[in-house]
Amino acid sequence: MGTEVNMEIKKTSLNKLHETNKAKFVEFAGYEMPIQYSAGIIEEHKFTRSHSGIFDVSHMGQLFIYGDDNLTDDLEKIFPLDLKNLKLNSSKYSFLMNDDAKVYDDLIITKIEGGFLIILNAACKDNDFKILSSLLNDKYKMVLDNTRSLIAIQGPKSVEILNTILSNVSDLTFMSGNWFMYKDQKLFVTRSGYTGEDGFEISIENNFAEEFTKRLLDNGAKLIGLGARDTLRLEAGLCLYGHELDINKSPIEANLKWAISKERLIKGGFIGFDNIVNQINSGTNQIRVGIKPEGRLIAREKTKVFNKNDEVIGEVTSGTFGPSVNGPIAMGFVNKEFSKKETKIFLEVRGKKHPASICGLPFYKKSYVKGVN
Amino acid sequence: MSEVKYSKEHEWIKIEGDVGTVGITQHATEMLGDIVFVELPDVGSSVEKDGNAGVVESTKAASDVYTPISGEITESNQAIVDDPGKINSDPENEAWFFKLKIKDSNELDSLMNKEEYDKFAKESGN
Repeated sequence: MGTEVNMEIKKTSLNKLHETNKAKFVEFAGYEMPIQYSAGIIEEHKFTRSHSGIFDVSHMGQLFIYGDDNLTDDLEKIFPLDLKNLKLNSSKYSFLMNDDAKVYDDLIITKIEGGFLIILNAACKDNDFKILSSLLNDKYKMVLDNTRSLIAIQGPKSVEILNTILSNVSDLTFMSGNWFMYKDQKLFVTRSGYTGEDGFEISIENNFAEEFTKRLLDNGAKLIGLGARDTLRLEAGLCLYGHELDINKSPIEANLKWAISKERLIKGGFIGFDNIVNQINSGTNQIRVGIKPEGRLIAREKTKVFNKNDEVIGEVTSGTFGPSVNGPIAMGFVNKEFSKKETKIFLEVRGKKHPASICGLPFYKKSYVKGVN
Repeated sequence: MSEVKYSKEHEWIKIEGDVGTVGITQHATEMLGDIVFVELPDVGSSVEKDGNAGVVESTKAASDVYTPISGEITESNQAIVDDPGKINSDPENEAWFFKLKIKDSNELDSLMNKEEYDKFAKESGN
């Protein structure tokens, strides 16, 4: 079987620590990842909202691309961002698209000294690397760095906890980052996240990931699994690649026009521009919406959405129980004419149609914002 | 006198005369995680041994509930519909799912006793 690839499941540097903390593991994008710990998804979710949760996101890709102003120019031909005016250590949410403006991946790009750091989805990172290498004609040094782990800390107590270990980390503003020293290690920390909470993502050399995470645990944060990560991001109305975004959907359909630079929408010159403009001008057939089922019924991914005349008008892309809103929540795509808030719809679950309505996003919004912006 | 028996689908049934009370086992709830939704069979409906008799949903996924024996549903537990979390906290007592009038008590012979079930659950792992 000479052609068989090595299918061995990959483990992150925190795998042992997950095990010690009684993680239940699942395979995710080729990695053995914790879906939950002994506390369970609901408690982990609530702890993140009220205190501070630690998420191992080391399976995600950390792509460093090094180059000068030419690199910035070349990346502007790819991403719909105003990268020339992006300040050092500032981050933007964006997409890698094809010519039809369909999405290969969604990502966070940060301007760093000497180039850019791009955080990619685990399941997409290898393909992204190939696409980007080819688009950039191998002109620049590109490192998909698997020597570094990525740890997110999220929730209202996170700033206080992280600040005891990395002083002045509280100076970071939302969607910006910087290098910090931990012992003799350089950590790249950004103030960002995927939960709707204040928080940080920390890039750290693999050999130091476990001891650093233990420091966070000692200061009162707790490990949180991918299960709660999903309920948290869905309550926050955030897209998950493979659900709300994929190679058949555009950012306009996904209702993410806000992430495209206004400047670039006028000037163009990036991959997918024509179709983006087209879709903005003439509208898309479907658009991403929030969906609130009545009662306690959960409508999972692929649930068909109907109008009151029993016609299929869309599909659920993510659906779960939201612990903080204490009820079922979902996102999906529906025909434009049914996308207005409070439109009554029906969800077909196990052969029966259940009432629901279109609602605004996010489902959960923090009642206070603390000094960041 | 009552007797409790167990199915390979991780349901328990408490038998009192010709009435069976059915629920899911502690082991099942540990596999499922936090239960957030439950759907029970209609009172008056007939269910067939090993057939579908409800649904439980955890934060992770939906799972079918099967009836360990055939019968007619005489009662369902509204308390767990209103508060599905009870299934995690007390699965083998307070959080029963439904009661049925047992159709054929011979069907009970195929079920396991406590000792057999515990061994089965341990060996089946997940």
